[in-house]
Amino acid sequence: MAFPFPDEVLEHVFSFLHSDRDRNAVSLVCKSWYEIDRWSRRRVFVGNCYAVSPRAVLRRFPEVRSIEIKGKPHFADFDLVPEGWGGYFFPWTASMAVSYPWLEEIRLKRMVVTDACLELIAKSFKNFKVLVLSSCEGFSTDGLAAIAANCRNLRELDLRESEVEDSSGHWLSHFPDTYTSLESLNISCLLSEVSFSALERLVGRCPRLRSLRLNRGVPLDRIASLLRRTPQLVELGTGAYSADLTPDVFSSLSGAFSGLKELRSLSGFWDVVPAYLPAVYSVCSGITTLNLSYATIQSTDLIKLVCECHNLQKLWVLDYIEDSGLEAVAASCKELRELRVFPSGPFEAEPNVALTEQGLVSVSEGCPKLESVLYFCRRMSNAALCTIACNRPNFTRFRLCIIEPRKPDYLTLQPLDVGFGAIVKHCKGLRRLSLSGLLTDRVFELIGTHAKKLEMLSIAFAGESDLGLHHVLSGCESLRKLEIRDCPFGDKALIANAEKLETMRSLWMSSCSVSFGACRLLGQRMPRLNVEVIDESGERPETRPESCPVEKLYVYRSVAGPRLDMPDYVWSMENESSVPI
Amino acid sequence: MDMLCHRNIDLEATELRLGLPGTSERPITTPRGNKRPLDDFMEGSSTEDGDHLECPSAAPPSKAQIVGWPPIRSYRKNSLQQKKLGNQAETTTRVYVKVSMDGAPYLRKMDLSIYKGYRQLLIALEDMFKFTIGEYSEREGYKGSEYAPTYEDKDGDWMLVGDVPWEMFACSCKRLRIMKGSEARGLTCCL
Repeated sequence: MAFPFPDEVLEHVFSFLHSDRDRNAVSLVCKSWYEIDRWSRRRVFVGNCYAVSPRAVLRRFPEVRSIEIKGKPHFADFDLVPEGWGGYFFPWTASMAVSYPWLEEIRLKRMVVTDACLELIAKSFKNFKVLVLSSCEGFSTDGLAAIAANCRNLRELDLRESEVEDSSGHWLSHFPDTYTSLESLNISCLLSEVSFSALERLVGRCPRLRSLRLNRGVPLDRIASLLRRTPQLVELGTGAYSADLTPDVFSSLSGAFSGLKELRSLSGFWDVVPAYLPAVYSVCSGITTLNLSYATIQSTDLIKLVCECHNLQKLWVLDYIEDSGLEAVAASCKELRELRVFPSGPFEAEPNVALTEQGLVSVSEGCPKLESVLYFCRRMSNAALCTIACNRPNFTRFRLCIIEPRKPDYLTLQPLDVGFGAIVKHCKGLRRLSLSGLLTDRVFELIGTHAKKLEMLSIAFAGESDLGLHHVLSGCESLRKLEIRDCPFGDKALIANAEKLETMRSLWMSSCSVSFGACRLLGQRMPRLNVEVIDESGERPETRPESCPVEKLYVYRSVAGPRLDMPDYVWSMENESSVPI
Repeated sequence: MDMLCHRNIDLEATELRLGLPGTSERPITTPRGNKRPLDDFMEGSSTEDGDHLECPSAAPPSKAQIVGWPPIRSYRKNSLQQKKLGNQAETTTRVYVKVSMDGAPYLRKMDLSIYKGYRQLLIALEDMFKFTIGEYSEREGYKGSEYAPTYEDKDGDWMLVGDVPWEMFACSCKRLRIMKGSEARGLTCCL
């Protein structure tokens, strides 16, 4: 059928579609729409760097300007993925250097990025604007120096939570004096000090700088001079928030903060000296994001600060805030959408702060817009979870970590099946869930029955049998990512739901009851799944009997076939002999 | 019997046990302690009998730390270790300062460390010298009485009590003086 509109018109229409899902849907309508979409796609998201080869992406989408790629599985954050596992960015850089000379944006998460990658980026992309390296590793300040020196149009350099080796060169000084386009700089993860004067000069000459996150080494008593040069800042991450107590520094800091009329986000706050907190009070009413998760200060000081922030939408804090603090938050912060409470003493045997399930109940009662929670605590009850679920059916992300594995309801000593069941029953829009505490297969039956929008599920030390896993895989229609550790889930559920795994991005199972035999079977049966076993014993896969349980299993769908960069402890279960490549 | 799949080269690996590899010393068992065939579970698997896992809180205080648990990123763990409540170190040392009241025959001494804020201090001063301090405001100082509390700071300047945060005041205050009458009014007028 000859389409009445010329391609340019369709392309223009497609340009209003911003979500990848919509663009993917459009590309399936007919061949010409597929072609128009592929030539006009400017932004690509690769959720698993091994799901597709760089060449395949470049071939299909020749005019990309912005790419986002994720590497290692999420449990790599908790040291469950050994060194050298993979997630190398270099193959992508090398291909893109040739095919995407106009590339502007690179966003990576959990990937290994080397100085060679950064140098290649600096040389190859003349219009390079945005580099975001989230939880990445493998590079040093030398690589940063190359970016600074060469990327004339750089707007954003964000190293959030990456591990950067200090090569002790003054990388920041490599930004030429003519460079003025910086809009966002996040160096909060840098352990080494940066030259303060270079930093001062840099921020001074970049009038569009709106986001500045400093590292711990930047001293508090000099921040005022930085802030006076950047009155247009929207996001600020302080360095260490401590200095000798002098009225001069205080008033200088106070004055500088009061000049930041656009400020919406505050973070940093390492080593806080409470007496200096009032210096930020003048900006509190405009603050929507507050990250105090490094501030080891008492509840009273935390409360004083947080309750000044009536427009707060996102709060990250340590459990020093305690139940009383969260009650105050519930009363003052009616716009709160996201709360994360981190543990200050996660490895202590006894609780060190008065933070219990009650804090979470209070905020669920008092904050009508609360939709995203990450909460570490030491006890929970079904009653509290039911109350929370009834209060807040609008939860989209609910991650609860009861610090002691397999801890039951502290009131009834029952499993927490009913409580989490209430969460999935009431919160119909729930997309992400992390479980903890004592849980039987019953909770998984409830999850499979009710959590129809659930996309990501994290399970640890839970369940009784394969039935638990079966409920999840067969019931959760929207499931994309499933990560499991230390659960008695085994072969039956996995094999019975093999096809389901192709509808998901990935499955991680460690310290469970999955046997080699099952992995081999899965690998043989499902050619479009990469079934990778991680085995650090030093033995060879041929010596493994069928019944032997695997240490760690990572299964993901892929159109690229088994990867070629596996270390010797990762075995691909692709074919009959399952020999590691 | 091939349950002896060697894992890491450590003592734990050479230990004979019926447990899943990579788990901690506590035996990983289901609440009933055995694996059951699949159809058993079709009837419903809630643990009605009180047959629960040994309650972890009964475990001895020093437990084997489980890898990757609780799920906290390593940069966060490191950050906590570095500064564990270092800033909480309250000064337990006493801070005695001389307190003088205009017109009073002799001076008094007060320990500033026992007060948590200005309100407590001012109440104590009112009580000690039997007078009333006015209402503090940033603009006009202490209105409503002929007294004004002042202090000498580290630089030797006489400052009005209440302008700076309490902790800052407590660190820099060398002595207190309750000014009275015209001198007090003069001080407040200048603000």
